[in-house]
Amino acid sequence: MKTIAFAWRYLWSRPLAAALNLLLLSLGLASITFLLLVSHQINKAFERDLAGIDVVVGAKGSPMQLILSGVFQLDVPTGNIPLAAVKALQTHPQVARIIPISMGDIFRGFRIVGTTPDYVSHYGAELAQGVLWAAPMQAVLGAQVAGQTGLKLGDTFAGTHGLGGGGEVHGQIPYTVAGVLAPSGTVLDRLVLTATESVWQVHETDTALDDDDRKILEEEREVTLALIQYRTPLAAVTFPRFINSSTEMQAAAPALEITRLLSMVGVGIDVLRALAGVLLLTAALSVFIALWGAVRERRADLALLRMLGAPPRKIAALLLCEALWLALLATVLGVLAGQGLTALIAWALQLEKSVLIGALSWPVELISVPVLALGVALASALLPAREAYRVSVFELLQPR
Amino acid sequence: MISTRQLAYRYPGGPELRFDDVDVAQGGVLLLRGASGSGKSTWLALAAGLLSPSEGNMTVAGQSIQALGKAAGDAWRARTIGFLPQRLHLSAALTVHGNLALAQWAAGQPLQEGRIAEALAALDVQAFASRRPAQLSGGQAQRVALARAVLLKPSVILADEPTASLDDEAACASLDLLRTTAQQQGATLVIATHDARVSAFFKEEKGLQSLLIGRKQP
Repeated sequence: MKTIAFAWRYLWSRPLAAALNLLLLSLGLASITFLLLVSHQINKAFERDLAGIDVVVGAKGSPMQLILSGVFQLDVPTGNIPLAAVKALQTHPQVARIIPISMGDIFRGFRIVGTTPDYVSHYGAELAQGVLWAAPMQAVLGAQVAGQTGLKLGDTFAGTHGLGGGGEVHGQIPYTVAGVLAPSGTVLDRLVLTATESVWQVHETDTALDDDDRKILEEEREVTLALIQYRTPLAAVTFPRFINSSTEMQAAAPALEITRLLSMVGVGIDVLRALAGVLLLTAALSVFIALWGAVRERRADLALLRMLGAPPRKIAALLLCEALWLALLATVLGVLAGQGLTALIAWALQLEKSVLIGALSWPVELISVPVLALGVALASALLPAREAYRVSVFELLQPR
Repeated sequence: MISTRQLAYRYPGGPELRFDDVDVAQGGVLLLRGASGSGKSTWLALAAGLLSPSEGNMTVAGQSIQALGKAAGDAWRARTIGFLPQRLHLSAALTVHGNLALAQWAAGQPLQEGRIAEALAALDVQAFASRRPAQLSGGQAQRVALARAVLLKPSVILADEPTASLDDEAACASLDLLRTTAQQQGATLVIATHDARVSAFFKEEKGLQSLLIGRKQP
């Protein structure tokens, strides 16, 4: 107990060196905390949004683009597919559930997605207020959409054409807010949901010149893509092949594409990890230099402790404790800073209406931060502690 | 009580130092005289149980030094020996009180506030308890260092060159303080010095022993 207290005093007897070392060590640990948290949160966000979606069927193009646009609502879709084709898939023996997704408009940066109520129940989202849509042109707002736009039940709004913004406003047929979803932490939070028919209605009203025109358009109705759940896991082998070879559509498995995406991003994460490692190494060196200096500077003091009856291991323990104090403080500071940085990123991503990173989380992997801190501190204190262990009392007695 | 018989110490690969026999009664004063490098430090290190004699016997406060093991030696030294180093070596990172608490920690004893206050009061420095060593005058610092030396009520006080770099008046005061403190504690006082003023000061002392140390070729 006492050793800890004296080590604390000795540590702060050189406040500048202690503060600098603390800063270096904390920076290294903060970057590692940050990396851990962000990759954990992104993985979790992907997992939540992916939940139970076995395959996505959409227009031919990049399978990753299809997944990013269809499941995570990040990229633009590859195109549209005929409604008739989707309807045909509904009766396919391997398909358990099919959720059509239609997009094309946004409202203040949030996508308006035409779908069926299955989409909401798929994610287990619950209504905070109001009801789900019962008719076209009724909309249900995701929690984040409601929060940022301030729309309430019964309010009306018009979508803007295109997913990029700056398109023309579909002013003729406004949407009415029928319900607001409770936050679910999934992709639904940042979407405006409505019936598939609404999307058709908006665009047909805008482009059709007369009733005949409208009729033709109705026959050519399309959706953007369909999210599919298999009836049996075996379908994963045959179903995509069937879609890709015998239809004009493509099937993409989200799990596969996400693995591919993460392995591509992985290089970047590895670089960041290496940087954090270099930071930690620098911190270790700096702690080592400081402790080494401390032993040199305090040789006589340490020798006196020996003279006062302290066994060598007690002297070495005093020095180790100093390093452990640094490790403890740096862990606390580093984790706090890492959490803060993650919260900042989460806030920025939320402003960009991108992937949702949840609030504070304490993944198990975070245990590696104190472990690293401890390792760095002990490694850098080892030689100085040995030097302290071997301090000779003679240095005290012999005149210099 | 300190007694030596045929005491000798040989540094590995170095010269052998031989010391004359001494017998100092408990509470007596022993002066170790000799020039720098003559072997005073070695004698002190032997008495403190930091070195083991290569020949002969040394008994300090009833303990035979050569029978002392390494680990036991640390505990014995903490209990038995009070040490006043030449440069005092008060830790600058700690207050006066902290320096005494550090001594108790080093000795493996629990913190005893009462004993610290007592030791500081005995040397009349209790007013400086919360000061740092840097805020003390030379004389005050020496009193604090002496308070630290007698904190654990040792039976032997070893003082290394206590008058070095002191003027006559201060040297006199310092020696007087050492003698008074040792007497109060009933401790045997050993002073290693090359300063002639020390022998002059203790000329009248009862039970004074003097050991002249010099290199002797065998």
